[in-house]
Amino acid sequence: MIAFLLAQTIAITGGTVYPVSGPRIEHATVLIRDGRIVAVGANVTVPADATKIDATGKWVTPGLIDGAGQMGLTEISAVPGDNEAQLRGSDIAASFNVAEGINPASNLIPITRVEGVTTTLAAPAGGWIEGQAVLIDLDGATIEQMLVKSPVGIVVDMSEGSKDAGGNSRAGVAGRLRRVFNDALEYSRRKADYSRAQMQQLAAPAAELEALLPVLRGQLPLIVYANRVYKLKVILAGAAEGWEIAGDIAAAGVPVLVEPMDNIPSYDALGIRYENAAVLAKAGVKVSLLETDTHNSRRIRQQAGNAVSFGMTWDQALRAVTLTPAETFGVADRYGSLDVGKVANVVVWSGDPFEIATGVEHVFIRGHEIPLTSRQTELLQRYKKLPPSY
Amino acid sequence: MRLSLTTLLVLAAACASAGARPAQQQPAPAKASADSSSVDRPQYPSTYQRRPNPPVLIKNATIMTATGQEIANGSILFKDGRIVAVGTSVQAPADAIVVDGTGKFVTPGIIDVHSHLGVYAAPGTDAESDGNEATNPVTAEVWAEHSFWPQDPQIPLAIAGGVTTIQALPGSANLIGGRSAVLKLVPSRTVQGMKFPNAPYGLKMACGENPKRVYGNRGGPSTRMGNMAGYRAAFIAAEDYRRRWDKWNSDHQGDPPGRNLRLETLAEVLRGHILVQNHCYRADEMAQMMDLAREFGFHIRAFHHAVEAYKVADLLAANGVAAAMWADWWGFKEEAMDGVQQNLALVQQAGARATIHSDDPGGIQRLNQEVAKAMYAGIRAGIPITRDQALRWMTANPAWVLGIDSITGTLEPGKMADVVLWSADPFSVYAKAIQVYNDGWLVYDRNDPAHQPRSDFELGQEPAPGSDR
Repeated sequence: MIAFLLAQTIAITGGTVYPVSGPRIEHATVLIRDGRIVAVGANVTVPADATKIDATGKWVTPGLIDGAGQMGLTEISAVPGDNEAQLRGSDIAASFNVAEGINPASNLIPITRVEGVTTTLAAPAGGWIEGQAVLIDLDGATIEQMLVKSPVGIVVDMSEGSKDAGGNSRAGVAGRLRRVFNDALEYSRRKADYSRAQMQQLAAPAAELEALLPVLRGQLPLIVYANRVYKLKVILAGAAEGWEIAGDIAAAGVPVLVEPMDNIPSYDALGIRYENAAVLAKAGVKVSLLETDTHNSRRIRQQAGNAVSFGMTWDQALRAVTLTPAETFGVADRYGSLDVGKVANVVVWSGDPFEIATGVEHVFIRGHEIPLTSRQTELLQRYKKLPPSY
Repeated sequence: MRLSLTTLLVLAAACASAGARPAQQQPAPAKASADSSSVDRPQYPSTYQRRPNPPVLIKNATIMTATGQEIANGSILFKDGRIVAVGTSVQAPADAIVVDGTGKFVTPGIIDVHSHLGVYAAPGTDAESDGNEATNPVTAEVWAEHSFWPQDPQIPLAIAGGVTTIQALPGSANLIGGRSAVLKLVPSRTVQGMKFPNAPYGLKMACGENPKRVYGNRGGPSTRMGNMAGYRAAFIAAEDYRRRWDKWNSDHQGDPPGRNLRLETLAEVLRGHILVQNHCYRADEMAQMMDLAREFGFHIRAFHHAVEAYKVADLLAANGVAAAMWADWWGFKEEAMDGVQQNLALVQQAGARATIHSDDPGGIQRLNQEVAKAMYAGIRAGIPITRDQALRWMTANPAWVLGIDSITGTLEPGKMADVVLWSADPFSVYAKAIQVYNDGWLVYDRNDPAHQPRSDFELGQEPAPGSDR
């Protein structure tokens, strides 16, 4: 972590730079100092002491952001002891913030970042009001060093998966959510009565209701997993049938998180289709693209490529894995584009980042160049030439 | 030892009326006699028939043959379900439909050797969960085709991804899960109408975590050594069954032995008529399973999910065992922890047969992308993989795994006209299948709703007709 703390100037020169916030710039330089971007353009003077990265012929983008998954909270999915994403015992876990369960030494972190994903969500999973999600950079020896923002939202599952929370009925789930919200507001108005035990039984413990207040005051988003759509002021995740009411979602200003390659119909989402992301984007919805498999968060660029195949423009897709998720999670002042003052999460690609032939050449997180090694690259090196005995 | 299809057919003929039915799907005998038993009657024969289609010439395309060459500005002609000619100048008969392939690419139809389409159908309710007969660790007696639902809405999606043949397998809860079904991916009211003519059956076996997890508290096995004991006990019983039937078939002395479906299938494995398709992640377990096969004198055709195949690629090559792999899945359970993206490339490099597979209704729609990921991961790591080798990972090699490589899997005269026309290089993320021909029939055309099959399930439900969903 020494390098992380040292003052360092890095100049990525000669590449085709995609700032996302503006048009691409040919033969441009991205100058990084002390973890921040200090200059971007075709006519940037490179200081003599800068470490130079020649990106001639390469593509330079912001680090990709995957607004999904349980990074740092899971190691081997099927091993229960490895999983930190679910608070058992109550299906209302609004006060449960996953941050302290994150393992900065998780194998998944290097495996993901060497493929150009520099920032991900670490979200609770399981239950109904699942808890508080946080945004992390995929570098750092401690949780505190990794955290970008905590929390970025409270996750509630309104899909088929959480029907038990409402008596196995969607209407029941919605009704219960309203009761929880009403009780949270009632509790906030009558805390004195509550402490004197002069209130009727509330829909959840006081600590959980307290944790929901920032949501009800509009200070913290509610991240709603739903394939069918409810009218709440929220971030919609999943939203498989979002395309059917794309105009309404756009008009409501609700950002949407979509996994574009998901097209298998279920009774929760009979209208699921490949074109969902494209239809939403065309209607003006702020669409972020996801890869929800934490172990394969690196596949987000394949998700983006397929979104392009099925109607998104390439520019929309790049924005949907960089600046839009940064906006959605409230960190666009620091993340998501190559602009002066932003955190220097930068990736140098051999070509179009969505194209399968393309490889990652350099990854910078907070201005620190990440070695392109992981447990998987070490396995490859060991077995590239088979050992003589086994 | 590698068994060619021809060898298998000869063996099958030699063992006709062998007590255990020959594994090939043979035409029904004209008539069962009054005193014959169920053993001598047809066993769920294929009723698949090629759909008529005019001859087709695709010209000016890049023809990726999977035989070692990629022909720029090439043409391919197929007629009556067979490839007639492939090359730079091909003459079309007057009645041929001519497709301009300028800027486009042609490959053999994709073959997925590991699918649960139809047995774990969408919309994924318990009512359609028909893939694991998890009532006994050995259920060699069950056949995947008896679970298969031809109206699974996932089937049209896979067709639109360029897939022409699948192996539908039982799940991996059991040590021995049952027979697979090798199917032409065409719309059909019955599974019999999809059964690939003359394809041998596969037998699903599973190593490792799944059987011991499912049966650990239900009488076992609860350990990997328990798994091994379970396979061995089953094959010991099958040896005895085979011996009794082979004897009776040769001398017809006394009453025939009693028929036992479980042992009948295992006896057919011992006779080499059914190909073992073995779910197995860990390298050391693959070595154990190859020893087990030697103990009983059968051959494992392929290890599926073979996440650690790269660690024993030399053993696989030496034993003629293929490995069916994912491009990048890993970490979802302990035995999948050591996945590397170069797995296919390393297996190829060692001279073993590498094959992609999906095991997934999403992945099956993009097997070309999965192959591309595996190919480029290899190339970027300095492993010299050619485009033709990579193409074979989803065509000729899976055809071999299913024992149908003499029939399909490459673009050469005489082969079945399983052909895909791609909008661009199929190794690009932006490429889409625009036409899919199965046995010469235009089963899918991206630009023509009349050639976009929809399952019964989809009728009356969004999305609208013609969509890829």
